[in-house]
Amino acid sequence: MESPASVRQALQARISSMQSTRLDEDAFPVLPIMRGVLGRGLRRGVVYSISGSTSLALALVAAASQSGEWCGVLDVPDLGLEAAAGWGIDLDRLVWVADPGDRWMSTVGSMADVLGLVIVRAPTRVTSAEASRLVARLRQTRSTMLVLGEWPQSESQIRVVSSSWTGLGDGHGHLADRHLELEVRQGQGGGAPRRSRLRVPAAAIP
Amino acid sequence: MNSSAARVLVVWLPDWPITAARRNLELPVDQPLALIHKGVVFACSSDARASGAQRGLAVREAQLRCPQLLVVAYDPQTDARAFEPVVASLEELVPGVRILRPGLCAIRARGPARFYGGEERAASTIHEAMAKADIAARLGIADSVFGAERAALKTSDSAPVSIVEPGTTRQFLASAPISTLDDSTLVPVLRRLGLHSLGDFAALDQVAVGARFGEAGLRAHARASATDRLSGAEHTPEADFGADVAFEPALDRVDQIAFGVRTASESMIDRLAEGGLVCTALRITVTSESGERRERSWSHPHHFSAADVVDRVRWQLQGSGGATAGPASPVERIELSPARVDASANHESGLWGTSLDERVHHALARLHSVLGHGAVSTPTLGGGRFLSERQVLVAWGDETPPSKRTLPWPGSIPPPAPATVFAEPRPADVRGSLGEPIDVDARGTTNSTPAWLSLDRSPALKISSWAGPWSVTQRWWDSETRRSAHRFQMIDSEGMAWLMILEDHEWAAEARYD
Repeated sequence: MESPASVRQALQARISSMQSTRLDEDAFPVLPIMRGVLGRGLRRGVVYSISGSTSLALALVAAASQSGEWCGVLDVPDLGLEAAAGWGIDLDRLVWVADPGDRWMSTVGSMADVLGLVIVRAPTRVTSAEASRLVARLRQTRSTMLVLGEWPQSESQIRVVSSSWTGLGDGHGHLADRHLELEVRQGQGGGAPRRSRLRVPAAAIP
Repeated sequence: MNSSAARVLVVWLPDWPITAARRNLELPVDQPLALIHKGVVFACSSDARASGAQRGLAVREAQLRCPQLLVVAYDPQTDARAFEPVVASLEELVPGVRILRPGLCAIRARGPARFYGGEERAASTIHEAMAKADIAARLGIADSVFGAERAALKTSDSAPVSIVEPGTTRQFLASAPISTLDDSTLVPVLRRLGLHSLGDFAALDQVAVGARFGEAGLRAHARASATDRLSGAEHTPEADFGADVAFEPALDRVDQIAFGVRTASESMIDRLAEGGLVCTALRITVTSESGERRERSWSHPHHFSAADVVDRVRWQLQGSGGATAGPASPVERIELSPARVDASANHESGLWGTSLDERVHHALARLHSVLGHGAVSTPTLGGGRFLSERQVLVAWGDETPPSKRTLPWPGSIPPPAPATVFAEPRPADVRGSLGEPIDVDARGTTNSTPAWLSLDRSPALKISSWAGPWSVTQRWWDSETRRSAHRFQMIDSEGMAWLMILEDHEWAAEARYD
């Protein structure tokens, strides 16, 4: 016998999966080298969770920023601006909130209202109810949130499995190209993870 | 040409920069003072001159000659600001004042001469009235602006008015040396051509001078031959758009104060709008009950609306404390003054508007009110050898400081740029294969091969590859900002790449290539 809670959870999962398929056509563009990872681009109104790499988040946002979209960075005070500019993010349309204090939820909400894409660090504690309220708000404002770290209700999870570099030797050279092996899990709960490889050239602007 | 129509009266205030600086700094009159511009004396007071200081002298030399000399940097803005009230008092006597430069202004002589009954009477009336206002003016009247200026310069304390009779200005100027033209490019050339006085230069054909020296030459020729006329706009007193709100009794709650300034800011913006103007920068001065004055300038990405002005007052009172913060002591008075205005025609929105950008501005202004000023910022790239110096955050709506990015920065790190730059370097420990601490000697070589890396006292990871040290030594002449460090790139056994820095024998992680 299934408990009412699990039935409700299953139903909610089905509703959200049906809702997400409807929005499929319309997405933020991604850079050509990222098409191997997210073929159809970044979907609007959903949450992506990215673990193990900040560069990956910057790379995903870059093409949308170039096409005129406003982007935001919340609670990632250590983000490298030069790397962001190197990927092609337009810093004039980048809004930076370093420390939201204890108003994380309301800040991310008001940023999502006006900004197309928001990169956030995963908050230390977020309840499932708050998460679904935020996801609903994102769906309404059609902006996308990229969470650095784990997020309970993410549309896609992109995880770095392994990372290797060329150019650095034993006491000589300097970092050049990077090879990433990624595990992409599309959709909530369902779907087998897909592996994909990504080569990031030293001069990040493709 | 009717010569009486062209007569010009010049009012000259001797040592104006000194007088202006004295008034601005509220210095006593007997304090010898010198204003410094580009390392040399630009102007000095009469008592400093008496002890041997003079224009063009090096600062040290002037201080040596006059030990009690007070040295202040020259500020043209102070000059111009302090001259405004003088011009205002002059305008009460005669209309149509044109400012040639701070301390020197010109008026058409015909009107005052008729009104006061003669040029001499007009000049002495102006001199007496200015003297009553404690301003020592010297006056010159001649056929041309330059002639009148020279005449004014020739006056003395005992004979403060000098009048060159109509039609004789050219002869009056003829004997003056060519250097009085005060044109550092033209004067040496004219000297080499054998022209040593203004008369020599004025004797040349005007067309030939124009062909050889162009526009600047023609201007100088007109001055030498007493044919330069008054031109340019008359001084018009600037309309005062500022607003002033006093609270009696003093208020200490931000929302009360914000409510109090609302009407004043609305009327200020309305008055500007009536004049076809918008305000793009604003200065807010808050005076508290304890007498403390806090002034801050605010600029706006577009232009200020009344609500924006109230927001800025709120932010200034809150400081960086967020919605719950308030002023330290009750506020007695708030002055709003537009620091920069612009014609509203330049700020009309297009037919289809800039709705998205405006929406963003609104939302961010609201966020600013909640989180406190400075919490929302726009990032720009700065210049520097160290990565954290290259990240510059400017509070939303403030002006971006000029970037030093385009300068060459030898010793900066080659691309790719790290995606994580620690605002505060994270302490780390790097050891060799035998556990010995790694250090760099004076010759820039490591004592051993780095083998183990540990950050924030976490368990050490094996270093799979590394490069360095890349030494950076900067500003050794400046004890505050001087830094000397060695940098390394390292990859740990988990495949994470780090930019490590060794400074004063302490290891830290400057950035992470993640």
